[in-house]
Amino acid sequence: MDGIHDLAGVQGFGAIEVEAGEPVFHAPWQAQTFQLLMCLNRFGINADEYRHSVERMEPAHYLAVHYYERQLTGISTLLVEAGAVSHADLEARAGGRYPLARPVAADPVVPTTPQPEPRFGVGDTVIVRNISPAGHSRTPRSVRGKRGTVLHVAPRFGLPDVSAHGGVHRPEHSYHVEFAAADLWPDAPGHSVIVDIWDSHLEPAQ
Amino acid sequence: MTATASPAARTTALMGALADKDLLDPALLGQIQAMVESWRPQNGAHVVARAWTDPAYRDRLLADGTAACAELGYGGPQGEYIVVLENTPTLHNVVVCTLCSCTPWPIMGLPRDWYKSPAYRSRITREPQAVLREMGLELPADVKLRVWDTTAETRYMVLPMRPPGTEAYSEAELAALVTYETMVGVALPTV
Repeated sequence: MDGIHDLAGVQGFGAIEVEAGEPVFHAPWQAQTFQLLMCLNRFGINADEYRHSVERMEPAHYLAVHYYERQLTGISTLLVEAGAVSHADLEARAGGRYPLARPVAADPVVPTTPQPEPRFGVGDTVIVRNISPAGHSRTPRSVRGKRGTVLHVAPRFGLPDVSAHGGVHRPEHSYHVEFAAADLWPDAPGHSVIVDIWDSHLEPAQ
Repeated sequence: MTATASPAARTTALMGALADKDLLDPALLGQIQAMVESWRPQNGAHVVARAWTDPAYRDRLLADGTAACAELGYGGPQGEYIVVLENTPTLHNVVVCTLCSCTPWPIMGLPRDWYKSPAYRSRITREPQAVLREMGLELPADVKLRVWDTTAETRYMVLPMRPPGTEAYSEAELAALVTYETMVGVALPTV
C-alpha cells in the first residue's frame, strides 16, 4: 500500500538523534512487546502479516509514537483479528483507549504471474512494474516505473504480497537493483540507491 | 472521551488477557529474552575484526556472509541471508530500511532508535551526504556512495575499512573500534 510507512525520500523530517550508550529497550513494556512479536507464529501469524499490521495504523498515530508502540499496536490488532483476545477486554484491562490498526483492504492483492525461476541476472537492466497493491508489498513507491541495474541475485523467499494475505507460499528470487538517486528524486545528488525487489515486481527493460 | 492508555498499560493488558486464556508460555518468553541478549553489535564487531586480520576469512565473508558469520557462531532470526558490503577508498556503503527497520539481529543486535526514526528512514536515501555530514561523517567528494534499502529478505552489514595506525592491534582491540553505527555505515572506526 502507498502508506505512511513508505518513507523513502519523504521531505520535511529533521535531525537524526543518536543516543549515546542507548539501551536495547528503554522500558520493560518494550521488551515484553518484542517477546510477544516473537510468539506470533504460535498464533499462525507470519512476519508479512505483522509488517502489514503496522502499515495499517492510522498515519497520524504511526508517526507520533515510538517504534515499540507501533509494534504493540500491530501485534494487538492481529491478536484481536485472530480472536485470541477482544478489543473490549483489552480496553477494560488497560483502563483507557487501546488504539488498533485499520482493517485490511477489501481487495489487497494485485495478481502477478508466479516466477519460480530467476528471470534476471547480474548486469541486466530492469524496470519496476507500475503496480500498487492496496495490501502489503515491499516495493517502495519511489522506484515504481523506474529503470535500474541488477547487482546481485538473492535466494528465493516467499512473495510477501501473497503471504501477508493468506495466500499460498510463493518463493521467488529477489534482486539487488541499483538506481541512480537522481532518477528517483530530481534534487538528489550523485549517489545510488539499491532496492531489493522480488522477481514478479520487475519486467525486462526493452 | 476516554484517554488513551499508556503503552505500558496496554502491554500489561495484552499479556494479562493472553495469560488468562493460557496462551502465553513463560518458558518460551524466557528463551526469547535470552536470545535477544545474545544479539549484540559486539558479534558483528568480532566478524569485522576477523575480516581485517584474516584475508581468507574476509574473502569468505564477502562471498557468503551468512556462512562466514555462522563460522563464528552467529546466526538465527533475521540472519537467514546476510550480505556484507565492503567499503573501499572509492566506495562507501550505507544501510537503511525505509519501510520498517529490518536489521541482521544476530550480528548487530536489535536496531537503535535513530535507525528506526522516520527522519533517518526518509532522508538517508534522498540526501545521504547531508545526513552523514550532520552525523559527523564527511566523505571525500570522489567517493562513490551507495545507499542500500532493506526491502526484502537480505540483511546487510557494512564492512568498514580498517583504520590506519592499527597494524599492531590484536583482534579484540580491533573489535573494540567497531560500533553499531560503523556497521550501518553512518560512522567510521577511529583510533
